[in-house]
Amino acid sequence: MFYHALEIDEGNCIGCSRCMKICPTEAIRIINGKAIIMEDRCIDCGKCHEACPVDAIYIKQDDFKMVHEFPHSVALLPAVFLGQFPDDIRVSRIYAALKDLGFKHVFEVESASSIYVDVKHKYANEHSDDEPLISSFCPAIVRLIQIKYPSLVTNIIPVKAPLDISAMYVLKLLTEERGVPREEIGLFYVTPCAAKIAAVKAPVGEKRSIIDGVINMDSLFNKVYRKIKEQGKGYTYTALQTPQLSADAILSTLTNGERRICRAKRSYAIDGIQNVMDFLDKLENDEVEGVEFLELRACDQSCAGALLSIENRFLCSERMYARARKAAERERNGEVARAREMDAYKDYLIDNSFAEPAQPRSMLTLDKDLTKAYEKLEKINKLKMYLPQVDCGMCGAPTCEAFATDVVCKQVGLTKCVFYQRHLERLNDITRQECLAASRSVWGEDPIGDGEPPVFS
Amino acid sequence: MHQEYTVIEGDFTNAGTASSSVKKTLKQLGVAPQIVKRVVVALYEAEVNAIAHAYGGKVLVDIEADKIHMVVADKGPGIPDIAQAMQEGYSTARPEVRDMGFGAGMGLPNMKKNVDMLNVTSEVGVGTTVEMMVKFV
Repeated sequence: MFYHALEIDEGNCIGCSRCMKICPTEAIRIINGKAIIMEDRCIDCGKCHEACPVDAIYIKQDDFKMVHEFPHSVALLPAVFLGQFPDDIRVSRIYAALKDLGFKHVFEVESASSIYVDVKHKYANEHSDDEPLISSFCPAIVRLIQIKYPSLVTNIIPVKAPLDISAMYVLKLLTEERGVPREEIGLFYVTPCAAKIAAVKAPVGEKRSIIDGVINMDSLFNKVYRKIKEQGKGYTYTALQTPQLSADAILSTLTNGERRICRAKRSYAIDGIQNVMDFLDKLENDEVEGVEFLELRACDQSCAGALLSIENRFLCSERMYARARKAAERERNGEVARAREMDAYKDYLIDNSFAEPAQPRSMLTLDKDLTKAYEKLEKINKLKMYLPQVDCGMCGAPTCEAFATDVVCKQVGLTKCVFYQRHLERLNDITRQECLAASRSVWGEDPIGDGEPPVFS
Repeated sequence: MHQEYTVIEGDFTNAGTASSSVKKTLKQLGVAPQIVKRVVVALYEAEVNAIAHAYGGKVLVDIEADKIHMVVADKGPGIPDIAQAMQEGYSTARPEVRDMGFGAGMGLPNMKKNVDMLNVTSEVGVGTTVEMMVKFV
């Protein structure tokens, strides 16, 4: 089983099928008027969440009350969090609000960025045979490769995310230097997307994560923003220590953030899941030669365009660039970034930042047994010729081909196809009632109301 | 399972149509990823050859439960000396084809490396037929 952060609220879902049509892995079907996510195919990219017109697709998070259960609650923030706030809100106010909300410590996860880069370099030095090496930074991309491009899993760099390295560091710092018992520490990751939640709850290549809870970035933004407004301008506060990320660290979550500082002679940074798939299709055919490193991100503008980002992706991105420019200026003036504080634990962190390699789990394979898969494929191909190939989606599957596969592999009734229904009607092989029943099994009880139809003159 | 594709001379935009489609089929069958890769690389090379060197042709693919058999037959100038063409780096590609990143003289050797059987027959002035087979297990 694979953990998924995306869930469908059946009460809200109107079965409109927008999510089904946009899903890059064809993981959604409409059954009884509701969208259903096929767990073995979903990569938690969140395209469906963006497409939903009624907010019926939500992202599971932990109860915020958990924050108060630990004397030492730590907010592990992604750098894009600060990029959500308008320029007139000072970072110290944001940190003060986080403190008032119950966090004793706030830590930006990109602080581990330089160690993350070191670990990747170390791996790259020893694995030039596996080039192009693919960054595992974006968990949706790792899952995409596992299910759709299984031959490329060996190209993925098996290292933990900056988030995990930061979490390890914070634990070390609090337990060893400050003597806080582990059970009093609650590590909360503020996530910008669904894929990172899934990665925390069920990490690929790791047994379990040390993170105690996950909070969605949009909901925390609302809480912080409300708090700041409540407190008003004259509020005197004691802020927590504010962050001083390096310019490289701030930019690392944006498109080109990894590529600009990688050592590869030839590398690409690609964002947007469709762009990534187009490229991986070519890469799989060996059509792209001589590439050493690939930075692939599921979201347009990378994490600035993440699902739970409230701010427009370009505005958020530019704010982060502005912040990086200031950081670069500080660095030029010789001010030491706070990120260096991790150096004391550098060796420990590097040694513990490698993860088990991701395994392939192809979604396309029709049967474990090759002979049976062959028989199924023959049936699907025959059925495909028979279907209209208009991909209308009325059967509750995204394409005629996906429907043919469902019919053969999941014993879905062929009468769900409205074209096939008309065909059977012509042959007098099906009654009107049977047609209605088949369509209702897709769209639920008549989506059109009982009233008199409107008359147009 | 039989599949057929037509290759048109100079139509580089469609290079890879046959190999992409075959790739999908093999993934559906659950053929091991390394083997899928070998098939796709070899077939792609053959497709590009028919586009770059010949006046188009046909790709015929037969997939069975344990192997794939591919024939790429082109109408074209033919290969006068097949043994020479099998050597790495030997190329007769026109400069404009090389400018597009093709024609490095690795085509036939690369195909041979990736398949379990390669058979090239050619008649000068008529065309070339490349026959390949890859076992799944």
